[in-house]
Amino acid sequence: MGDFLLVTIQVDMHDQLALTLQDDLSERISRTSARGVLIDISALDMVDSFIGRMIGTISGLSKIMDAETMLVGMQPAVAITLVELGLTLPGVSTALNVERGMKLLQERVRQQ
Amino acid sequence: MAALQNSTFDAMKNKQSQLLSEWINGLEASGATRNLKDHDLQQQTSEFLQLVINGLQDDNGTHINAPGWEATRQFLEKLSHSRALLGQDSQQTASFIFALKGPLFALLQSHYREQPALLAEQLWEISELFDAFGMHTIRTFQKSREAVIKRQQEELLELSTPVVKLWDGVLALPMIGTLDSQRTQVVMESLLQRIVDTGSEIAIIDITGVPTVDTLVAQHLLKTVTAIRLMGADCIISGVRPQIAQTIVHLGLDLQGVVTKANLADALKLALTRLGISLGKAV
Repeated sequence: MGDFLLVTIQVDMHDQLALTLQDDLSERISRTSARGVLIDISALDMVDSFIGRMIGTISGLSKIMDAETMLVGMQPAVAITLVELGLTLPGVSTALNVERGMKLLQERVRQQ
Repeated sequence: MAALQNSTFDAMKNKQSQLLSEWINGLEASGATRNLKDHDLQQQTSEFLQLVINGLQDDNGTHINAPGWEATRQFLEKLSHSRALLGQDSQQTASFIFALKGPLFALLQSHYREQPALLAEQLWEISELFDAFGMHTIRTFQKSREAVIKRQQEELLELSTPVVKLWDGVLALPMIGTLDSQRTQVVMESLLQRIVDTGSEIAIIDITGVPTVDTLVAQHLLKTVTAIRLMGADCIISGVRPQIAQTIVHLGLDLQGVVTKANLADALKLALTRLGISLGKAV
């Protein structure tokens, strides 16, 4: 996607897969010098504390690598679970869907 | 406790129609049949008496939880439901059953005229049995009322938190009444789902109808706001009354940057501005 990376989380994440994803993502950002990362979690129906933390970690990771990060497509059940778990993902930008998220991301990157 | 004698049972069986007519007369005299249709009255009295006789025939004793009394229990439950629908209370339904005691006692008295000890025994047995029947109707009645109340509570919960669309991309949630954890749950779920369904970016929560805001209510509100923000939408709280504003300041509640407006109109204006929509008067 040009300067942007799109991460779509679709399957149930278990420990190893999550760690692999983190490694892959940081490596890709550095290799492609991506300016923005869009993480799409619209396929996740529910999350547990592990996935919740993982989402936070991945968002933090790309931020540290100086890519604007946007989390999109959070389902209501996921949002409620995260709030109940106290995982409020501070500093992570969110948008309702991929289109909006992309638009916001592009604006932000342009402003930089 | 002695069991019911076979001769009691025989006497009941032989004098069935007499028992029935005395029972019905008693009911009519006390006015219990006022709202009942004649046909229903006939059918219910004869069915019940037949069930009791069948139950006694199988020698089931006076414990009505025995499997042999299953058909009678079901009849009593049906009776309780139908009477509740007619608007009768549990006392009237139980009295219907108890009114059969009179004719039965009269029958036993004449049958055991020469045996007072046996008469006392049999009277006691019948009395126990019918008390149990009456209690069963009352218990069923209570249970069905409780089910009605529970259903109404659920409906009330759903009714009281409608999510309305104010504009393309703007939803409003007028909250009426106190906000407890159960309502917060319902509110969060319905509001968040509507946000996803309509792709609305702004949700306005109007708390004009919330009588008091204490730390607990504020916590619930903030949970909702956080969830909305996590999903990528934003929230405006409107309808902040002067007392509520004072309470919030006094309690030192941190609203975490949520914009608050005094009324829904101002909140809508702000929402439209954020969406880049301007309204002008037609000249």
